[in-house]
Amino acid sequence: MTGTATEGGRAPIEAVPWAAGSPTAEPERLVFERSSPGRRASTMPDPGELPDAVPERVLPAWARRTAPVRLPEVSERDLVRHYTRLAHRNYAVDLGFYPLGSCTMKYNPKVAEVAAALPGFARLHPAQPAEQVQGALELLARLEHALCELTGLAAATFQPAAGAHGELTGLLIIRAHHEARNDPRRRVVIPDAAHGTNPASVRLAGFEVTTVASNPEGLVDLDALQAALGDDVAAFMITNPNTLGLFERNIARVAELVHGVGGQLYYDGANFNAILGKARPGDMGFDVVHLNLHKTFATPHGGGGPGAGPLVVAEHLVDYLPAPVVVRDGDGYRWDHDRPRSIGRVHGWNGNFGILVRAFAYLLANGGDGLRSVAERAVLNANYLLHRLEAAYQLGYPAKPVMHEFVLSARRQKGQGARALDVAKGLIDRGFHPPTVYFPLIVEEALMVEPTETESVETLDAFADAMLEIAAQAEADAHALHQAPVTAPVGRLDEARAARTLVARWHPPPEPDQAGSDPADEGPPDKPTS
Amino acid sequence: MLASLGLDDVDELFRPIPAELRAPAGLDLPRPHAEQEVATELARLAGRNRHLDELTCFLGAGVYDHYVPAAVWYLAGRGEFATSYTPYQPEMSQGVLQALFEYQTLISELTGLEVSNASLYDGASAVAEAATMAVTATRRSELLVSGAVAPRVRELLDTYSQGLDIKLLEVGALDGHTDLEEARGKAGDQTAGLLLAQPNFLGVVEDVGAAARVAHDVGAKLLVSFDPLSAGLLEPPGRLGADIVVGEGQALGNHPNFGGPAFGFLACGSQDVRRLPGRLVGETVDSAGRRGYVLTLQAREQHIRREKATSNICTNQTLNAIAAAVYLSWLGPSGLEELGRLCLRLARYAAERLAAVPGVSLAFPGQPFVKELVVRLPADPAEVCRRLVGHGLLGGLPLAGLAPGLADGLLVAVTERRTKADVDRLAEAMATVLAELGAEAAGRGGRGGEGVAR
Repeated sequence: MTGTATEGGRAPIEAVPWAAGSPTAEPERLVFERSSPGRRASTMPDPGELPDAVPERVLPAWARRTAPVRLPEVSERDLVRHYTRLAHRNYAVDLGFYPLGSCTMKYNPKVAEVAAALPGFARLHPAQPAEQVQGALELLARLEHALCELTGLAAATFQPAAGAHGELTGLLIIRAHHEARNDPRRRVVIPDAAHGTNPASVRLAGFEVTTVASNPEGLVDLDALQAALGDDVAAFMITNPNTLGLFERNIARVAELVHGVGGQLYYDGANFNAILGKARPGDMGFDVVHLNLHKTFATPHGGGGPGAGPLVVAEHLVDYLPAPVVVRDGDGYRWDHDRPRSIGRVHGWNGNFGILVRAFAYLLANGGDGLRSVAERAVLNANYLLHRLEAAYQLGYPAKPVMHEFVLSARRQKGQGARALDVAKGLIDRGFHPPTVYFPLIVEEALMVEPTETESVETLDAFADAMLEIAAQAEADAHALHQAPVTAPVGRLDEARAARTLVARWHPPPEPDQAGSDPADEGPPDKPTS
Repeated sequence: MLASLGLDDVDELFRPIPAELRAPAGLDLPRPHAEQEVATELARLAGRNRHLDELTCFLGAGVYDHYVPAAVWYLAGRGEFATSYTPYQPEMSQGVLQALFEYQTLISELTGLEVSNASLYDGASAVAEAATMAVTATRRSELLVSGAVAPRVRELLDTYSQGLDIKLLEVGALDGHTDLEEARGKAGDQTAGLLLAQPNFLGVVEDVGAAARVAHDVGAKLLVSFDPLSAGLLEPPGRLGADIVVGEGQALGNHPNFGGPAFGFLACGSQDVRRLPGRLVGETVDSAGRRGYVLTLQAREQHIRREKATSNICTNQTLNAIAAAVYLSWLGPSGLEELGRLCLRLARYAAERLAAVPGVSLAFPGQPFVKELVVRLPADPAEVCRRLVGHGLLGGLPLAGLAPGLADGLLVAVTERRTKADVDRLAEAMATVLAELGAEAAGRGGRGGEGVAR
């Protein structure tokens, strides 16, 4: 199929422009500015015959609250309208295409939401004894087994709540592994294209960061890696496919080099969607893998979380996993707390269990065959979209085919006066979420595009048309793009000002000098009053 | 699509993966399932769990069975919030950004500190982030940790400290509260901070103001892990001198979820804002001068600062924080106060009823508490709880192995979902179970005695 040009440049489908004059174009006051004394949404149950307890009598003065809590006072109607109107001012996968590179914004199946909300999952207390939660433990055990199959590794922990949390957990396990061998190590090596969480996690785990450059093909430079390795290296951390969307085809050699100095090989699973069921990190020589279930397993991103970052490890690292772990016990399951070599807890309880329920639903729905075709369609969609865009935008690194994502450079457009940021804002006016911009850092004016497998060819074509139109506009009149976005609920926001004069909360306006009417009835103040 | 790429088979796109690295055939994975089959299987698994609609819950210890109003997930669960990403493109993410700005304001109000971040993973990891802040702010390495902080939280701190230059020193609990004299004795010029929980793991209300003086006298920070729903009764720790206030946000509109997802919160004073971990939303204006919101002070964060970042956190618990904003707006100031008062009444009634059961006593009589308390039992608390399940009750958390000197202790929590009748039922069932256990022990003792006599 080929792209269909659209009249007027506006994509016919999947595009969600905020129509001028729609209610969502109006600013929405803060919930505090909707507040009116005496209003409330909450109701409290009748205490019946319960004896009263007066705080002044039963709590010491040094503990008691001295000033009223300034929460908003709104009716349920106002509450619902307020947050519904805020929802209308937010873009999402449920509204349209969201090709943020490295973030895997695939469609989130709704059966998973229904399952996670079942009282048998949502209304479980984490301290309930194992015999009361056998269904939950079975789910964890079966999900663990599937993740081990898919990664080619031995066992998993579900405590990490996100990818970076998994990284920290994995690095602490690597630390414990070296220390147990009386061979403590100082450094962790990462490629210059790595996610920012990698070096940050390395520091938190008490290691120093050594960065190695990529070669002109956009892959790990083996000579540079070899030079960086030594017997003080604890691990090499890498994403594969890497953040340029390229498969590190020398990964077996990389593993040999790293293991050769006694280091461990860490797999950042942010890009696992590309190889799901097609290739396994364990077979490539990786010792530790974190997966981002909120990416690969289609659990919703929630505006930035919650996610789940389970960590899967090879046999020789199993003893170091955070305790407790789920184990088989006769016909059922139990928590095993007796793990003397465990690094200890990284979460107060069992991780983001509700996300694991959703991921398990996704696993069942797709099955092994479905997961493999997820990877195939993700890679096909990326290569198709790249094919449609490469005449207008340069590829950051020229290697093809790409895997599940690719990195364009807007350096040609920059020469015409439009930067990657302007391309991004131009996309907003055309109803699409922009790609990730300015990452990875090794590509000038980077636009990192990850279409995912869940988008149709019609959507990909509409997006490509919008990108091509923006390229044409950059060539004809780059200045016009500097005004974008003009259809969004707000225009381009002054980020420098936000950082310069930090306003991180609302403050009530000063008491008016003269008695006035209820401020909540007067609409929003013209200026923030903080 | 394949044809436009000049390909016959999608597998040609996987040629960068060497053949020997292709996944083997026959991985042990489920077959594909129809949606209906997925729903049925998940319902079957859920059905094998005994949840809090089946069992009346007096279990707390950090996760509480508070009521979640209908509007909370009706709103927070909307696709516009739930299926969006971190608001990197603020012009099309004003909904999430504004909701988080409101959340930050609400947390600031509850904690009594100026700046809240946009959420962390959970209450336990929030404590570790606060510890890191205290260490970097003071350039000191010792953290005094109250023994009355939940064991799970102390375990997590211990894990995180393996990679950080932090030495943890425990301060004992005395009559249920942190021994501040011991803390004073251990505090010195290497003390970065003093950590305690309010109310603490044993349900006791701590003297935060006195603890702040102990910390500040040696130039250390006071870190408090705070139950946010206690704010209707208790003075926010920030107003009593706490420098960093963190906590578990589950009680604010989030279901227990078997421990997650909920969220952790963290608030600090303006002077520490550049050491804050994670996302922070700030107010600004757009090109037309209209108010708007953006992620701000990103130079603290991993995607900009990499190894020099204040934390490695990227994905957080935004949706749960939005749920908290909806919940607190639903509650309102009078709701928060009434809820606190109701819990206080139930907790005090529970203390009175349980202490009247033969053999049962309060572990810390005279100590203030608001929704959770420890009772001592004349029989193994774990066995008592097992039997209480037969009466449809989750009796609480047995403290053996979790708190020194409290092997006979049971931690009992109430929320506004419990009623006077529930408390009566717990006390009556407890009396029945203890009588059964007493009779069995006497029976065993009696037979054994006869054996000896013969």
